[in-house]
Amino acid sequence: MSQQLVAFDKIGITFNGRVLLNSIDMSISEGEIVTLIGPNGSGKSTLIRTLLGLQTATSGEVIRHKSLRIGYMPQKLHIDPTLPLTVKHFLALVRGVDKAKIVPTLEKVGIGHLLSSQVHVLSGGETQRVLLARALLNNPNLLVLDEPVQGVDVNGQVELYNLIEGIRNELGCGVLMVSHDLHLVMAKTDTVVCINQHVCCSGSPQHVTGHPAYQALFGVPGADESIAIYAHQHDHVHDEHGDVLSESEDANHKGATSAHANCHHS
Amino acid sequence: MLDLLFRALIGGLGVASVAGPLGAFVVWRRMAYFGDTLAHSALLGVALGFLFDINLNLAIIVLCVGLALVLVTLQKKHIIATDTLLGILAHSALSLGLVAVSFLDNIRIDLMAYLFGDLLAISQTDVYWIYGGGLAVISLLVIFWKPLLAVTVNEELAKVEGYPVEAIRLLLMLLVALVIAVAMKIVGVLLITSLMIIPAATARKLSNTPVQMASIASVLGCLSVCGGLWASYHWDTPTGPSVVVCAAFLFLLAYSLPFKRLG
Repeated sequence: MSQQLVAFDKIGITFNGRVLLNSIDMSISEGEIVTLIGPNGSGKSTLIRTLLGLQTATSGEVIRHKSLRIGYMPQKLHIDPTLPLTVKHFLALVRGVDKAKIVPTLEKVGIGHLLSSQVHVLSGGETQRVLLARALLNNPNLLVLDEPVQGVDVNGQVELYNLIEGIRNELGCGVLMVSHDLHLVMAKTDTVVCINQHVCCSGSPQHVTGHPAYQALFGVPGADESIAIYAHQHDHVHDEHGDVLSESEDANHKGATSAHANCHHS
Repeated sequence: MLDLLFRALIGGLGVASVAGPLGAFVVWRRMAYFGDTLAHSALLGVALGFLFDINLNLAIIVLCVGLALVLVTLQKKHIIATDTLLGILAHSALSLGLVAVSFLDNIRIDLMAYLFGDLLAISQTDVYWIYGGGLAVISLLVIFWKPLLAVTVNEELAKVEGYPVEAIRLLLMLLVALVIAVAMKIVGVLLITSLMIIPAATARKLSNTPVQMASIASVLGCLSVCGGLWASYHWDTPTGPSVVVCAAFLFLLAYSLPFKRLG
């Protein structure tokens, strides 16, 4: 069993009488890719910010392993246009950075040629890679990526997810990702945690997508095959209402109440 | 006369070289209005300094820092939008300063000099204050350059990477307060921010890195002081406003001519 890096123990956050998070339990270990999904306003970013120390929990506790070093990649980077800044200078701002590592890290994320570019002229995908490089320069054993593929086209998204997986394989670090695109990210994830103020369901991608709580939030996977690029094993059939039926069972079981109970995932 | 001009030049150059780099931070962090608010409150500092018979520079610094702290506290409470808050504080502080000055019956204060500056009236002591304060500001800027810049670029990233964000933010306010205190004699409370912002904004057009922008802002500020003094000497114009007009002229020049950025 690999080292557990972070555990959330019954994290709850209440803001102005509104419950943002309610008793969240989850953990991330070395070498594990955990994806946090949930609808807008479900508290994904709040949970991440709690882990990063940008927000304090009203109840519960974040248990950090003493070796924990976080590399954080924010959702987007806004740098005031009045501030002239090259990629190189931006990366040199990492606290205690080894400057000799800047160029190799940029090359690792595939943008070595952008070293002297101004940060203001980068495309969406390039900006995400610069941010990833900045996260990596912290020598992290846990990468925290808040919507890492925002503003990137579909091909670019696949490349970025491949890159993240490659980095995980190379460094053996844990990865915690926030995402609301469900299909692309699934193929690269070990554990999916679906939250909506509380943890709705968690487990392997196959398990979660079959879970009724997930389906209530996001619909039934496979209903829109055209964008289901992840390795989806369609081991169940749907009735005319879109409810999931088990393939092994007869069609006259239509109207089964619990889709999950009848759905045998690998 | 020449002696007077020389001292004015030395003092002006001292202020301009410090105001430039700090002005870059004011521009990057969009603190222009914040700087204005602190500057306006400086007049209250002058009045209090006379009332309690303490060193004026010290009174201004203390008042500016105090106001900055009040501002940060109020900002955190989100009672009212920041620009409204700044507007309230800036003009109340200025008015309070003017009212307070009117109570000083036994002392005659040249109000115009404090509002718009009087470079030609600076004393040898003022020059010492300018260079002492300026040296302190520049040293702090150099020592804390990286954290200051990291916090300016992205506060959240800086915080996650372990920079003491709150302390750095306070440091920047302290620096702005210091510069306002020493620059007041030169351009006056109403024009101080312009000496920080205009050269920095002009420098943006010509620079590719933060260090370049800060240094070019210094140079441009010094040019403006020279130009302003020269104009003031030749046409007998008020010195402070002449320096600002000169800075504005350089700004127009930089943005209308096809200058190339430094490599």
